[in-house]
Amino acid sequence: MPKTVIERIIQSHTQDEVVPGKIVWMDLDIRSARDFGGPNVVKNFEREYGDEPVDDNGKTFFTFDLCVPACSLRYADNQQICRDFARKHGIKIFDVDQGIGSHVLIEEGLASAGKTVVGTDSHLNILGAVDCFGQGMGDVDITFAFKTGKTWFEVPETLRVEISGTVSSGATAKDLTLYILKQLGTKKAALRAVEFYGEAVKDLSLAGRITLCSMVTEMAGIIGFIPDTAENSGYADSVAIDVSDLTPQIAAPSSPENVFDVSEHKGTKIDSGFIGSCTNGRTEDLAAAARVLQGRKVKEDVMLKVVPATRRVYQELLDQGILETLFSSGAIISNPGCGGCAEGHIGLTGMGEVQVSTGNRNFAGKQGKGETYLASPDVVAASCVAGRIITPEDL
Amino acid sequence: MAESSLSGRIWVLADKKGRLIENIDTDQIFHNAHLHITDIEKMGEYALGNLEGWKDFPQKCSPGDILVVGRNFGAGSSRQQAVDCFVALGVGTILSPSFGAIYFRNAVNSGFPVLRSPDIAQLADEGRLKSGDEVQVFFLSGKAQITNKNISFRILPMSEVQHDIYKAGGLFNYGKT
Repeated sequence: MPKTVIERIIQSHTQDEVVPGKIVWMDLDIRSARDFGGPNVVKNFEREYGDEPVDDNGKTFFTFDLCVPACSLRYADNQQICRDFARKHGIKIFDVDQGIGSHVLIEEGLASAGKTVVGTDSHLNILGAVDCFGQGMGDVDITFAFKTGKTWFEVPETLRVEISGTVSSGATAKDLTLYILKQLGTKKAALRAVEFYGEAVKDLSLAGRITLCSMVTEMAGIIGFIPDTAENSGYADSVAIDVSDLTPQIAAPSSPENVFDVSEHKGTKIDSGFIGSCTNGRTEDLAAAARVLQGRKVKEDVMLKVVPATRRVYQELLDQGILETLFSSGAIISNPGCGGCAEGHIGLTGMGEVQVSTGNRNFAGKQGKGETYLASPDVVAASCVAGRIITPEDL
Repeated sequence: MAESSLSGRIWVLADKKGRLIENIDTDQIFHNAHLHITDIEKMGEYALGNLEGWKDFPQKCSPGDILVVGRNFGAGSSRQQAVDCFVALGVGTILSPSFGAIYFRNAVNSGFPVLRSPDIAQLADEGRLKSGDEVQVFFLSGKAQITNKNISFRILPMSEVQHDIYKAGGLFNYGKT
């Protein structure tokens, strides 16, 4: 009998018996590709299947979010390859104006509780935030999914994480997430699904849930869920984490699990800040930054780069006056998209540049040759005012 | 039918202290600056291009060579190129205590026989397995040995799905059978 959240979702999409460790063939409700991986999918598809149709063009999507609008000729070419394929097959494109694919799928209601979604985004497991199975996959998998609507999947074990205590007012969902990542590292959750329980996570908003679930990838986990009620059995293991008196956290270069209290890195000089990404690009995240920046200025020799997650978020920022606050503080605000997690959007670092970012990865060389710290929108905003790493409280 | 096996010369992806490098992510294997590339033949030259100490790997590697890497190899993004760059170089297989989940399935789907070995980290860290050694691995029984040293070790046998996809030459061919 399937017990855990992931087992129940998989069981409702397969005829095979669902047992951890067993490989099953499962049906996919949504198959997507973006501008990274998408052209490879098109190329694979046409090589393998020629002019044959996709399995179901109503369940197949392109989401462009990385190099948006294309800022190099090769991405302009690659995106057009996807557009031509999509138009030929009647596939809907969430084009370069729409923002981060995983967020758009949630906003559009395409990713919702109990569904199965795959795409060429390794943070697609973010969809666990809405009780949906989401999994990033490579272009071979996604090509196969476009054609067949199915994928093979090894049913993962589930780790239960019990969070005790409530976080203090100065700590955000990102601080909670970084602290959990510090405790779990990349071993405890590796290749497992994770279920998070406890008051501190139950109270999280959608934006906060997205922040936590997005970084299950950095925990080397398959996906994270925040269910209302736990089963009594079915878990491979359980871990208890006490978050009482949690203070703002920061991941120092060059690993997301390299987490410290911000106070331990306080005073480190920075050149730039980045607020956005699939982890912290929601209205709530940018509103938090705006509260810190209200009536203040980004320090003269610091760049604050802000990238809203989606066009809908952008609209909310406009409506609520948040864009104006950010702009008045001196922030640079771009169109919606992924931001500098890869070459293609703003948020990259030059050699010697120190950036404090709300993103999810700070691996050496990923965003460029500079050094990246990971923190909450509040800490990034405060640090950009001070020109050095600092909490809003200490500003 | 004889069991599928593979032999080759080893490259141990170790740091300067001789320890296996853990958590090598896909941006160290195949940097995002090259993600626009869709031709497999053009991917090989960028393999390990952002991994300190190993940027000359494409020049050093010969077809059939085997990589030994630290745990959680291929963490990070979903890019197939991080697998295909090794396919392009003709790398025979990669042995690791564990792989990033997406990386592992990408390799399986490409028909590239990645293998998990619980023993490999200890052998490498103790200096018993070194670059230049010859290794033979058997995919289904899980037997493996360092042939020039006569040391046996274990690998996790391939799952039926992985072996079937490998034999078919990748997921697409498998799907057509």
